[in-house]
Amino acid sequence: MQSTVNLWPLIGVAVIIAGFLLRFNPMLIVAAAAVVTGFAGGFPPGKILAAIGTGFIKTRNIPLIILLPLAVIGLLERHGLRERAQIWIGNIKAATAGRLLIVYLFVREITAAVGLTGLGGHPQMVRPLIAPMAEGATENRFGKLPDAIRYRLRAYSAATDNVGLFFGEDIFVAFGAIVLMVTLLKEAGVSVEPIHVAFWGIPTAICAFLIHGARLWLLDRKLERELGGARKVAGEANAAADRQTPQTRQARQGDDA
Amino acid sequence: MTLTLNWLFWLLGIVLLIVGGMIMMDREHPRRFTAGGFWLLYALIFLVGDLLPAEIVGVLVLAMALIAGLGGVTAAKPKVLALETRIASAKRLGNKLFVPALTIPAITVALTLAASHLVIGGTPLVDPKNVTLIGFGVGCVVALGIACVITRDSVGQSMKETRRLVDALSWAAVLPQMLGMLGLVFSDAGVGKAVAHVTTSYINMDVRFVAVVVYCVGMALFTIIMGNGFAAFPVMTGGVGVPVLVGVFHVNPAMMAAIGMFSGYCGTLMTPMAANFNMVPAALLELPDKNAVIRVQVPTALGILACNIVLLNVLGF
Repeated sequence: MQSTVNLWPLIGVAVIIAGFLLRFNPMLIVAAAAVVTGFAGGFPPGKILAAIGTGFIKTRNIPLIILLPLAVIGLLERHGLRERAQIWIGNIKAATAGRLLIVYLFVREITAAVGLTGLGGHPQMVRPLIAPMAEGATENRFGKLPDAIRYRLRAYSAATDNVGLFFGEDIFVAFGAIVLMVTLLKEAGVSVEPIHVAFWGIPTAICAFLIHGARLWLLDRKLERELGGARKVAGEANAAADRQTPQTRQARQGDDA
Repeated sequence: MTLTLNWLFWLLGIVLLIVGGMIMMDREHPRRFTAGGFWLLYALIFLVGDLLPAEIVGVLVLAMALIAGLGGVTAAKPKVLALETRIASAKRLGNKLFVPALTIPAITVALTLAASHLVIGGTPLVDPKNVTLIGFGVGCVVALGIACVITRDSVGQSMKETRRLVDALSWAAVLPQMLGMLGLVFSDAGVGKAVAHVTTSYINMDVRFVAVVVYCVGMALFTIIMGNGFAAFPVMTGGVGVPVLVGVFHVNPAMMAAIGMFSGYCGTLMTPMAANFNMVPAALLELPDKNAVIRVQVPTALGILACNIVLLNVLGF
Protein backbone atom coordinates (compact mmCIF):
# COMPACT_ATOMS: atom_id res chain seq x y z
CA MET A 1 0.00 0.00 0.00
CA GLN A 2 2.85 2.32 0.84
CA SER A 3 4.14 2.45 -2.73
CA THR A 4 0.72 3.39 -4.15
CA VAL A 5 0.51 6.77 -2.40
CA ASN A 6 1.43 9.54 -4.84
CA LEU A 7 3.44 12.13 -2.93
CA TRP A 8 3.77 14.59 -5.83
CA PRO A 9 0.58 16.57 -5.01
CA LEU A 10 2.42 17.80 -1.88
CA ILE A 11 4.17 20.23 -4.26
CA GLY A 12 0.91 22.19 -4.19
CA VAL A 13 1.29 22.59 -0.42
CA ALA A 14 4.90 23.71 -0.93
CA VAL A 15 3.73 26.35 -3.44
CA ILE A 16 1.28 27.72 -0.87
CA ILE A 17 3.86 27.92 1.91
CA ALA A 18 6.56 29.41 -0.32
CA GLY A 19 4.08 31.87 -1.84
CA PHE A 20 2.89 33.20 1.52
CA LEU A 21 6.46 33.40 2.87
CA LEU A 22 7.60 35.33 -0.22
CA ARG A 23 4.53 37.59 0.09
CA PHE A 24 3.14 37.07 -3.38
CA ASN A 25 -0.45 38.13 -4.00
CA PRO A 26 -2.64 35.44 -2.32
CA MET A 27 -4.99 35.20 -5.32
CA LEU A 28 -2.01 34.34 -7.53
CA ILE A 29 -0.57 31.89 -4.99
CA VAL A 30 -3.84 29.98 -4.75
CA ALA A 31 -4.34 29.89 -8.51
CA ALA A 32 -0.76 28.69 -9.01
CA ALA A 33 -1.13 26.05 -6.28
CA ALA A 34 -4.30 24.73 -7.92
CA VAL A 35 -2.62 24.45 -11.33
CA VAL A 36 0.56 22.86 -9.93
CA THR A 37 -1.42 20.39 -7.80
CA GLY A 38 -3.43 19.41 -10.86
CA PHE A 39 -0.29 18.70 -12.88
CA ALA A 40 1.31 16.81 -9.99
CA GLY A 41 -1.84 14.71 -9.67
CA GLY A 42 -1.43 13.75 -13.32
CA PHE A 43 -4.39 15.73 -14.71
CA PRO A 44 -4.30 16.92 -18.35
CA PRO A 45 -4.68 20.76 -18.78
CA GLY A 46 -8.37 20.57 -19.70
CA LYS A 47 -9.13 18.60 -16.56
CA ILE A 48 -7.20 21.09 -14.42
CA LEU A 49 -9.30 23.96 -15.75
CA ALA A 50 -12.45 21.94 -15.23
CA ALA A 51 -11.44 21.06 -11.64
CA ILE A 52 -10.83 24.76 -10.92
CA GLY A 53 -14.12 25.74 -12.56
CA THR A 54 -16.27 23.15 -10.79
CA GLY A 55 -14.53 23.88 -7.48
CA PHE A 56 -15.24 27.58 -7.84
CA ILE A 57 -18.90 27.03 -8.75
CA LYS A 58 -19.41 24.61 -5.84
CA THR A 59 -18.07 27.18 -3.37
CA ARG A 60 -20.21 30.14 -4.50
CA ASN A 61 -22.03 30.07 -1.15
CA ILE A 62 -18.88 31.27 0.66
CA PRO A 63 -18.83 34.96 -0.43
CA LEU A 64 -22.57 35.48 0.13
CA ILE A 65 -22.03 36.12 3.82
CA ILE A 66 -19.37 38.75 3.09
CA LEU A 67 -20.95 40.58 0.17
CA LEU A 68 -24.71 40.54 0.74
CA PRO A 69 -24.79 42.71 3.92
CA LEU A 70 -22.59 45.43 2.39
CA ALA A 71 -25.52 47.41 0.93
CA VAL A 72 -27.27 47.77 4.30
CA ILE A 73 -24.09 48.34 6.29
CA GLY A 74 -22.73 50.87 3.78
CA LEU A 75 -25.98 52.84 3.77
CA LEU A 76 -26.15 52.87 7.57
CA GLU A 77 -22.52 53.96 7.80
CA ARG A 78 -23.31 56.88 5.51
CA HIS A 79 -25.96 57.94 8.01
CA GLY A 80 -23.70 57.65 11.03
CA LEU A 81 -24.00 54.04 12.31
CA ARG A 82 -20.38 53.87 13.51
CA GLU A 83 -20.62 57.31 15.13
CA ARG A 84 -23.84 56.22 16.83
CA ALA A 85 -22.14 53.08 18.18
CA GLN A 86 -19.39 55.25 19.68
CA ILE A 87 -21.86 57.70 21.24
CA TRP A 88 -23.85 54.80 22.71
CA ILE A 89 -20.84 53.13 24.33
CA GLY A 90 -19.78 56.58 25.62
CA ASN A 91 -22.89 56.61 27.80
CA ILE A 92 -21.75 53.51 29.67
CA LYS A 93 -19.19 54.84 32.11
CA ALA A 94 -17.82 51.47 33.16
CA ALA A 95 -17.12 50.40 29.57
CA THR A 96 -13.58 49.51 28.56
CA ALA A 97 -12.45 47.79 25.38
CA GLY A 98 -11.52 44.64 27.30
CA ARG A 99 -14.77 44.43 29.27
CA LEU A 100 -16.85 45.11 26.15
CA LEU A 101 -15.05 42.36 24.23
CA ILE A 102 -15.32 39.90 27.14
CA VAL A 103 -19.09 40.44 27.12
CA TYR A 104 -19.16 40.03 23.34
CA LEU A 105 -17.03 36.87 23.59
CA PHE A 106 -19.44 35.41 26.13
CA VAL A 107 -22.57 36.28 24.14
CA ARG A 108 -21.05 35.10 20.85
CA GLU A 109 -19.92 31.78 22.30
CA ILE A 110 -23.19 31.05 24.12
CA THR A 111 -25.40 31.97 21.17
CA ALA A 112 -23.24 29.92 18.78
CA ALA A 113 -23.49 27.00 21.20
CA VAL A 114 -27.28 27.03 20.85
CA GLY A 115 -27.01 27.21 17.08
CA LEU A 116 -27.42 30.96 16.57
CA THR A 117 -24.20 31.44 14.62
CA GLY A 118 -25.80 34.21 12.55
CA LEU A 119 -25.79 36.65 15.49
CA GLY A 120 -22.23 37.86 14.87
CA GLY A 121 -19.90 38.16 11.92
CA HIS A 122 -17.31 40.56 10.58
CA PRO A 123 -19.20 42.57 7.96
CA GLN A 124 -22.46 42.98 9.87
CA MET A 125 -21.34 43.12 13.52
CA VAL A 126 -17.61 43.74 13.97
CA ARG A 127 -17.01 46.49 11.43
CA PRO A 128 -20.07 48.65 12.08
CA LEU A 129 -20.63 48.02 15.82
CA ILE A 130 -18.07 46.10 17.88
CA ALA A 131 -14.83 47.68 16.59
CA PRO A 132 -16.15 51.27 16.78
CA MET A 133 -17.41 50.57 20.31
CA ALA A 134 -14.03 49.18 21.40
CA GLU A 135 -12.36 52.28 19.95
CA GLY A 136 -14.98 54.59 21.42
CA ALA A 137 -14.77 53.10 24.92
CA THR A 138 -10.98 53.44 24.90
CA GLU A 139 -11.17 57.01 23.63
CA ASN A 140 -13.61 58.01 26.31
CA ARG A 141 -11.07 56.95 28.90
CA PHE A 142 -7.83 58.09 27.33
CA GLY A 143 -8.66 60.69 24.70
CA LYS A 144 -7.26 60.61 21.17
CA LEU A 145 -5.73 57.27 20.21
CA PRO A 146 -2.60 56.66 18.16
CA ASP A 147 -3.30 54.64 14.99
CA ALA A 148 -1.35 51.63 16.27
CA ILE A 149 -3.74 51.31 19.25
CA ARG A 150 -6.75 51.83 17.02
CA TYR A 151 -5.61 49.00 14.73
CA ARG A 152 -4.86 46.73 17.69
CA LEU A 153 -8.37 47.25 19.08
CA ARG A 154 -9.89 46.43 15.69
CA ALA A 155 -7.78 43.27 15.37
CA TYR A 156 -8.84 42.19 18.88
CA SER A 157 -12.50 42.79 17.95
CA ALA A 158 -12.20 40.53 14.89
CA ALA A 159 -10.27 37.89 16.86
CA THR A 160 -12.90 37.86 19.60
CA ASP A 161 -15.67 37.21 17.09
CA ASN A 162 -13.67 34.28 15.66
CA VAL A 163 -12.83 32.69 19.01
CA GLY A 164 -16.42 33.00 20.26
CA LEU A 165 -17.83 31.51 17.07
CA PHE A 166 -15.39 28.61 16.68
CA PHE A 167 -15.46 27.31 20.22
CA GLY A 168 -19.18 27.85 20.62
CA GLU A 169 -20.57 26.35 17.43
CA ASP A 170 -19.03 22.94 17.92
CA ILE A 171 -21.04 22.21 21.05
CA PHE A 172 -24.29 22.64 19.14
CA VAL A 173 -25.51 19.11 18.36
CA ALA A 174 -27.01 19.89 14.96
CA PHE A 175 -23.91 21.70 13.71
CA GLY A 176 -22.45 20.43 10.42
CA ALA A 177 -19.04 19.63 11.90
CA ILE A 178 -20.55 17.22 14.39
CA VAL A 179 -22.54 15.48 11.67
CA LEU A 180 -19.32 15.23 9.65
CA MET A 181 -17.35 13.77 12.56
CA VAL A 182 -19.99 11.19 13.39
CA THR A 183 -20.30 10.14 9.74
CA LEU A 184 -16.56 9.80 9.24
CA LEU A 185 -16.07 7.81 12.45
CA LYS A 186 -18.91 5.50 11.43
CA GLU A 187 -17.19 4.87 8.08
CA ALA A 188 -14.06 3.97 10.03
CA GLY A 189 -16.07 1.45 12.08
CA VAL A 190 -16.40 3.50 15.29
CA SER A 191 -19.90 4.50 16.32
CA VAL A 192 -20.46 7.56 18.54
CA GLU A 193 -23.51 9.58 19.50
CA PRO A 194 -23.59 13.20 18.25
CA ILE A 195 -24.65 14.36 21.72
CA HIS A 196 -21.48 12.87 23.25
CA VAL A 197 -19.26 14.62 20.72
CA ALA A 198 -21.03 17.89 21.53
CA PHE A 199 -20.71 17.26 25.27
CA TRP A 200 -16.96 16.60 25.12
CA GLY A 201 -16.49 19.89 23.36
CA ILE A 202 -17.55 21.76 26.50
CA PRO A 203 -14.23 21.56 28.45
CA THR A 204 -12.32 23.09 25.53
CA ALA A 205 -15.04 25.70 25.04
CA ILE A 206 -14.61 26.77 28.67
CA CYS A 207 -10.80 26.85 28.31
CA ALA A 208 -11.16 29.01 25.19
CA PHE A 209 -13.36 31.50 27.05
CA LEU A 210 -10.96 31.65 30.01
CA ILE A 211 -7.82 32.01 27.90
CA HIS A 212 -9.15 34.62 25.49
CA GLY A 213 -11.04 36.41 28.28
CA ALA A 214 -7.81 36.63 30.29
CA ARG A 215 -6.04 38.10 27.28
CA LEU A 216 -8.79 40.72 26.91
CA TRP A 217 -8.44 41.57 30.61
CA LEU A 218 -4.69 41.95 30.06
CA LEU A 219 -5.43 44.16 27.06
CA ASP A 220 -7.16 46.62 29.38
CA ARG A 221 -4.17 46.59 31.72
CA LYS A 222 -1.82 47.15 28.81
CA LEU A 223 -3.90 50.04 27.45
CA GLU A 224 -3.90 51.53 30.94
CA ARG A 225 -0.10 51.30 31.06
CA GLU A 226 0.46 52.67 27.56
CA LEU A 227 -2.15 55.42 27.60
CA GLY A 228 -2.62 56.06 31.32
CA GLY A 229 -0.41 59.16 31.22
CA ALA A 230 -2.48 60.68 28.44
CA ARG A 231 -5.72 60.23 30.35
CA LYS A 232 -5.22 63.06 32.80
CA VAL A 233 -4.55 65.62 30.12
CA ALA A 234 -7.38 64.39 27.95
CA GLY A 235 -9.67 64.14 30.97
CA GLU A 236 -9.15 67.79 31.86
CA ALA A 237 -9.53 68.94 28.30
CA ASN A 238 -12.73 67.00 27.87
CA ALA A 239 -14.21 67.59 31.28
CA ALA A 240 -16.34 70.52 30.17
CA ALA A 241 -16.97 69.29 26.67
CA ASP A 242 -17.92 65.68 27.23
CA ARG A 243 -20.43 65.79 24.45
CA GLN A 244 -17.89 66.95 21.94
CA THR A 245 -15.43 64.09 22.25
CA PRO A 246 -16.99 62.24 19.34
CA GLN A 247 -16.32 65.18 17.03
CA THR A 248 -12.68 65.63 17.91
CA ARG A 249 -12.06 61.94 17.75
CA GLN A 250 -13.88 61.56 14.48
CA ALA A 251 -12.13 64.46 12.81
CA ARG A 252 -8.97 62.46 12.31
CA GLN A 253 -10.78 59.34 11.30
CA GLY A 254 -13.08 60.91 8.74
CA ASP A 255 -11.32 59.81 5.59
CA ASP A 256 -11.02 56.13 6.23
CA ALA A 257 -14.61 55.72 7.38
CA MET B 1 -41.99 27.61 -5.31
CA THR B 2 -38.99 27.09 -3.09
CA LEU B 3 -36.49 29.78 -2.20
CA THR B 4 -33.07 28.28 -3.04
CA LEU B 5 -29.49 29.47 -2.93
CA ASN B 6 -29.68 30.18 -6.68
CA TRP B 7 -31.85 33.21 -5.93
CA LEU B 8 -29.11 34.62 -3.73
CA PHE B 9 -26.49 33.87 -6.40
CA TRP B 10 -28.55 35.82 -8.97
CA LEU B 11 -29.09 38.66 -6.52
CA LEU B 12 -25.37 38.89 -5.78
CA GLY B 13 -24.65 38.60 -9.53
CA ILE B 14 -26.87 41.61 -10.23
CA VAL B 15 -25.27 43.62 -7.39
CA LEU B 16 -21.78 42.80 -8.71
CA LEU B 17 -22.89 43.72 -12.25
CA ILE B 18 -23.97 47.15 -10.98
CA VAL B 19 -20.77 47.57 -8.95
CA GLY B 20 -18.58 46.53 -11.89
CA GLY B 21 -20.49 48.87 -14.21
CA MET B 22 -20.15 51.79 -11.79
CA ILE B 23 -16.39 51.26 -11.55
CA MET B 24 -16.07 51.01 -15.34
CA MET B 25 -17.90 54.32 -15.76
CA ASP B 26 -15.93 56.12 -13.03
CA ARG B 27 -13.35 58.29 -14.79
CA GLU B 28 -11.64 59.07 -11.48
CA HIS B 29 -10.99 55.42 -10.68
CA PRO B 30 -7.25 54.69 -11.02
CA ARG B 31 -7.81 51.25 -12.63
CA ARG B 32 -11.36 51.42 -13.83
CA PHE B 33 -11.10 48.86 -16.64
CA THR B 34 -9.18 46.13 -14.83
CA ALA B 35 -11.01 46.56 -11.52
CA GLY B 36 -14.39 46.93 -13.24
CA GLY B 37 -13.58 43.92 -15.44
CA PHE B 38 -12.66 41.85 -12.39
CA TRP B 39 -16.05 42.43 -10.76
CA LEU B 40 -17.92 41.93 -14.04
CA LEU B 41 -16.23 38.53 -14.51
CA TYR B 42 -17.21 37.66 -10.95
CA ALA B 43 -20.79 38.78 -11.65
CA LEU B 44 -20.85 36.48 -14.68
CA ILE B 45 -19.87 33.49 -12.51
CA PHE B 46 -22.84 34.15 -10.23
CA LEU B 47 -25.35 34.85 -12.99
CA VAL B 48 -24.56 32.06 -15.48
CA GLY B 49 -21.67 30.12 -13.90
CA ASP B 50 -23.57 26.84 -13.67
CA LEU B 51 -24.60 27.03 -17.35
CA LEU B 52 -21.04 27.52 -18.63
CA PRO B 53 -18.73 24.55 -19.25
CA ALA B 54 -16.46 24.01 -16.23
CA GLU B 55 -13.32 24.63 -18.34
CA ILE B 56 -14.55 28.12 -19.28
CA VAL B 57 -15.25 28.94 -15.62
CA GLY B 58 -11.72 27.71 -14.85
CA VAL B 59 -10.33 30.15 -17.44
CA LEU B 60 -12.40 33.01 -15.97
CA VAL B 61 -11.13 32.19 -12.47
CA LEU B 62 -7.50 32.19 -13.62
CA ALA B 63 -8.12 35.49 -15.45
CA MET B 64 -9.49 37.03 -12.23
CA ALA B 65 -6.47 35.74 -10.28
CA LEU B 66 -4.13 37.29 -12.87
CA ILE B 67 -5.90 40.67 -12.78
CA ALA B 68 -5.74 40.69 -8.98
CA GLY B 69 -2.18 39.40 -8.87
CA LEU B 70 -0.93 42.11 -11.24
CA GLY B 71 -2.41 44.87 -9.08
CA GLY B 72 -5.43 45.54 -11.26
CA VAL B 73 -8.00 45.65 -8.45
CA THR B 74 -7.19 48.83 -6.56
CA ALA B 75 -9.72 51.11 -4.91
CA ALA B 76 -10.78 54.62 -5.84
CA LYS B 77 -10.78 57.33 -3.19
CA PRO B 78 -13.98 56.65 -1.22
CA LYS B 79 -16.70 59.28 -1.33
CA VAL B 80 -18.13 59.72 2.16
CA LEU B 81 -20.25 62.42 3.73
CA ALA B 82 -18.50 64.97 5.91
CA LEU B 83 -17.98 63.90 9.48
CA GLU B 84 -20.21 66.65 10.90
CA THR B 85 -23.05 65.48 8.67
CA ARG B 86 -22.63 61.90 9.86
CA ILE B 87 -22.56 62.89 13.53
CA ALA B 88 -25.61 65.12 13.09
CA SER B 89 -27.38 62.21 11.40
CA ALA B 90 -26.28 59.80 14.15
CA LYS B 91 -27.76 62.16 16.76
CA ARG B 92 -30.97 62.74 14.82
CA LEU B 93 -31.66 59.08 14.05
CA GLY B 94 -30.46 57.83 17.44
CA ASN B 95 -30.66 54.15 18.27
CA LYS B 96 -33.03 53.60 15.35
CA LEU B 97 -29.84 53.26 13.31
CA PHE B 98 -29.17 49.94 15.05
CA VAL B 99 -32.50 48.45 13.94
CA PRO B 100 -31.59 47.45 10.36
CA ALA B 101 -28.17 46.15 11.44
CA LEU B 102 -29.83 43.93 14.05
CA THR B 103 -32.57 42.90 11.62
CA ILE B 104 -30.10 40.72 9.70
CA PRO B 105 -29.30 38.36 12.60
CA ALA B 106 -32.89 38.50 13.87
CA ILE B 107 -34.35 37.34 10.56
CA THR B 108 -31.58 34.78 10.04
CA VAL B 109 -32.41 33.20 13.38
CA ALA B 110 -36.18 33.48 12.96
CA LEU B 111 -36.14 31.82 9.53
CA THR B 112 -33.73 29.13 10.73
CA LEU B 113 -36.13 28.23 13.52
CA ALA B 114 -39.33 28.59 11.50
CA ALA B 115 -38.24 27.04 8.19
CA SER B 116 -39.48 23.54 8.93
CA HIS B 117 -43.00 24.93 9.46
CA LEU B 118 -43.05 27.05 6.31
CA VAL B 119 -44.50 24.46 3.96
CA ILE B 120 -47.17 25.36 1.41
CA GLY B 121 -48.98 22.47 -0.28
CA GLY B 122 -46.13 20.07 0.39
CA THR B 123 -43.34 22.28 -1.05
CA PRO B 124 -41.09 23.95 1.49
CA LEU B 125 -40.86 27.74 1.16
CA VAL B 126 -37.15 27.66 2.00
CA ASP B 127 -34.72 25.07 0.67
CA PRO B 128 -34.19 22.91 3.80
CA LYS B 129 -30.53 22.22 2.95
CA ASN B 130 -29.50 25.87 3.21
CA VAL B 131 -31.92 27.37 5.70
CA THR B 132 -29.44 29.57 7.59
CA LEU B 133 -27.80 31.06 4.52
CA ILE B 134 -31.13 31.79 2.84
CA GLY B 135 -32.42 33.30 6.08
CA PHE B 136 -29.33 35.48 6.08
CA GLY B 137 -29.99 36.60 2.49
CA VAL B 138 -33.63 37.39 3.20
CA GLY B 139 -32.48 39.25 6.32
CA CYS B 140 -30.15 41.42 4.22
CA VAL B 141 -32.92 42.31 1.76
CA VAL B 142 -35.46 43.14 4.48
CA ALA B 143 -32.85 45.11 6.42
CA LEU B 144 -32.08 47.17 3.32
CA GLY B 145 -35.77 48.04 3.02
CA ILE B 146 -35.92 49.11 6.67
CA ALA B 147 -32.66 51.05 6.34
CA CYS B 148 -34.04 52.99 3.33
CA VAL B 149 -37.18 53.90 5.30
CA ILE B 150 -35.33 54.96 8.46
CA THR B 151 -32.65 56.98 6.67
CA ARG B 152 -34.99 58.21 3.89
CA ASP B 153 -32.36 57.18 1.41
CA SER B 154 -32.55 55.11 -1.77
CA VAL B 155 -31.57 51.65 -2.98
CA GLY B 156 -29.48 53.43 -5.61
CA GLN B 157 -27.43 55.08 -2.87
CA SER B 158 -27.02 51.71 -1.17
CA MET B 159 -25.47 50.41 -4.41
CA LYS B 160 -23.00 53.30 -4.36
CA GLU B 161 -22.13 52.36 -0.77
CA THR B 162 -21.75 48.69 -1.77
CA ARG B 163 -19.37 49.81 -4.48
CA ARG B 164 -17.36 51.81 -1.91
CA LEU B 165 -17.03 48.78 0.38
CA VAL B 166 -16.37 46.29 -2.43
CA ASP B 167 -13.68 48.65 -3.72
CA ALA B 168 -12.13 48.72 -0.24
CA LEU B 169 -12.28 44.94 0.19
CA SER B 170 -10.82 44.40 -3.27
CA TRP B 171 -9.82 40.82 -4.13
CA ALA B 172 -9.86 39.82 -0.44
CA ALA B 173 -13.61 39.35 -0.91
CA VAL B 174 -12.95 36.59 -3.47
CA LEU B 175 -10.03 34.89 -1.68
CA PRO B 176 -12.13 32.65 0.63
CA GLN B 177 -13.90 31.17 -2.38
CA MET B 178 -10.57 30.67 -4.18
CA LEU B 179 -9.32 28.75 -1.14
CA GLY B 180 -12.51 26.70 -1.02
CA MET B 181 -11.87 25.81 -4.66
CA LEU B 182 -8.25 24.90 -3.85
CA GLY B 183 -9.43 22.58 -1.06
CA LEU B 184 -11.55 20.67 -3.59
CA VAL B 185 -8.68 20.48 -6.09
CA PHE B 186 -6.39 19.25 -3.28
CA SER B 187 -8.79 16.46 -2.38
CA ASP B 188 -9.24 15.51 -6.08
CA ALA B 189 -5.49 15.20 -6.44
CA GLY B 190 -5.02 13.21 -3.20
CA VAL B 191 -3.07 15.75 -1.14
CA GLY B 192 -4.73 14.55 2.07
CA LYS B 193 -3.65 10.96 1.50
CA ALA B 194 -0.08 12.06 0.87
CA VAL B 195 0.04 14.10 4.08
CA ALA B 196 -1.42 11.27 6.18
CA HIS B 197 1.11 8.89 4.67
CA VAL B 198 4.03 11.17 5.56
CA THR B 199 2.86 11.77 9.15
CA THR B 200 2.10 8.16 9.98
CA SER B 201 5.21 6.63 8.39
CA TYR B 202 7.85 8.83 10.01
CA ILE B 203 6.72 9.30 13.61
CA ASN B 204 6.93 6.62 16.27
CA MET B 205 3.62 6.55 18.14
CA ASP B 206 4.16 3.75 20.67
CA VAL B 207 3.90 6.21 23.57
CA ARG B 208 0.36 7.37 24.31
CA PHE B 209 1.32 10.97 25.02
CA VAL B 210 3.22 11.20 21.72
CA ALA B 211 0.22 9.84 19.84
CA VAL B 212 -2.07 12.42 21.48
CA VAL B 213 0.34 15.23 20.63
CA VAL B 214 0.69 14.04 17.04
CA TYR B 215 -3.09 13.91 16.66
CA CYS B 216 -3.80 17.37 18.16
CA VAL B 217 -0.81 19.20 16.69
CA GLY B 218 -1.31 17.37 13.40
CA MET B 219 -4.93 18.61 13.25
CA ALA B 220 -3.72 22.17 13.87
CA LEU B 221 -0.84 22.01 11.36
CA PHE B 222 -2.89 20.36 8.66
CA THR B 223 -5.62 22.96 9.18
CA ILE B 224 -3.00 25.71 8.86
CA ILE B 225 -2.08 24.28 5.47
CA MET B 226 -5.63 23.61 4.24
CA GLY B 227 -7.28 26.57 5.95
CA ASN B 228 -10.12 24.39 7.16
CA GLY B 229 -10.55 21.96 10.05
CA PHE B 230 -13.09 19.96 8.07
CA ALA B 231 -10.41 19.06 5.52
CA ALA B 232 -7.93 18.05 8.21
CA PHE B 233 -10.31 15.92 10.29
CA PRO B 234 -10.77 12.97 7.91
CA VAL B 235 -7.03 12.82 7.23
CA MET B 236 -5.79 12.92 10.82
CA THR B 237 -8.63 10.84 12.24
CA GLY B 238 -8.26 8.20 9.54
CA GLY B 239 -4.47 8.24 9.77
CA VAL B 240 -3.82 8.55 13.52
CA GLY B 241 -7.05 8.91 15.50
CA VAL B 242 -8.87 5.68 14.71
CA PRO B 243 -5.95 3.26 14.14
CA VAL B 244 -3.70 4.48 16.98
CA LEU B 245 -5.68 6.41 19.62
CA VAL B 246 -8.83 4.27 19.42
CA GLY B 247 -7.28 1.03 18.12
CA VAL B 248 -4.22 0.83 20.39
CA PHE B 249 -4.92 3.12 23.35
CA HIS B 250 -8.76 2.86 23.54
CA VAL B 251 -9.49 6.56 23.84
CA ASN B 252 -13.09 7.73 24.21
CA PRO B 253 -13.85 8.30 20.49
CA ALA B 254 -16.47 11.03 21.03
CA MET B 255 -14.01 13.02 23.09
CA MET B 256 -11.21 12.43 20.61
CA ALA B 257 -13.38 13.75 17.78
CA ALA B 258 -14.51 16.84 19.71
CA ILE B 259 -11.02 17.78 20.85
CA GLY B 260 -9.49 16.91 17.49
CA MET B 261 -11.82 19.28 15.67
CA PHE B 262 -11.16 22.03 18.21
CA SER B 263 -7.41 21.52 17.72
CA GLY B 264 -8.09 22.08 14.03
CA TYR B 265 -9.87 25.33 14.89
CA CYS B 266 -6.72 26.44 16.74
CA GLY B 267 -4.99 26.06 13.39
CA THR B 268 -7.75 28.09 11.70
CA LEU B 269 -6.97 30.99 14.03
CA MET B 270 -3.33 30.99 12.90
CA THR B 271 -3.47 30.72 9.10
CA PRO B 272 -3.90 33.17 6.23
CA MET B 273 -5.51 30.25 4.38
CA ALA B 274 -8.65 30.74 6.50
CA ALA B 275 -9.17 33.93 4.57
CA ASN B 276 -12.78 34.61 5.50
CA PHE B 277 -11.94 34.64 9.22
CA ASN B 278 -8.51 36.25 9.13
CA MET B 279 -7.80 38.11 5.88
CA VAL B 280 -11.28 39.49 5.12
CA PRO B 281 -11.70 41.13 8.56
CA ALA B 282 -8.27 42.75 8.18
CA ALA B 283 -9.48 44.22 4.87
CA LEU B 284 -12.92 45.13 6.26
CA LEU B 285 -11.40 46.91 9.26
CA GLU B 286 -8.88 48.70 7.02
CA LEU B 287 -5.84 47.36 8.88
CA PRO B 288 -2.50 48.14 7.19
CA ASP B 289 -1.05 44.80 8.36
CA LYS B 290 -3.02 42.06 6.61
CA ASN B 291 -1.91 39.53 9.25
CA ALA B 292 -2.90 41.72 12.22
CA VAL B 293 -5.88 39.53 13.16
CA ILE B 294 -3.75 36.37 13.04
CA ARG B 295 -1.06 37.98 15.20
CA VAL B 296 -3.63 38.73 17.90
CA GLN B 297 -5.05 35.20 17.71
CA VAL B 298 -1.83 33.16 17.89
CA PRO B 299 -1.38 33.26 21.72
CA THR B 300 -5.04 32.30 22.27
CA ALA B 301 -4.75 29.48 19.73
CA LEU B 302 -1.55 28.03 21.21
CA GLY B 303 -3.01 28.22 24.72
CA ILE B 304 -6.15 26.37 23.69
CA LEU B 305 -4.12 23.78 21.77
CA ALA B 306 -2.06 23.07 24.90
CA CYS B 307 -5.28 22.72 26.92
CA ASN B 308 -6.60 20.27 24.32
CA ILE B 309 -3.56 18.04 24.62
CA VAL B 310 -3.84 18.03 28.42
CA LEU B 311 -7.62 17.46 28.36
CA LEU B 312 -7.40 14.54 25.95
CA ASN B 313 -4.59 12.97 27.99
CA VAL B 314 -6.35 13.37 31.32
CA LEU B 315 -10.01 12.77 30.49
CA GLY B 316 -9.84 10.61 27.37
CA PHE B 317 -8.56 7.33 28.76
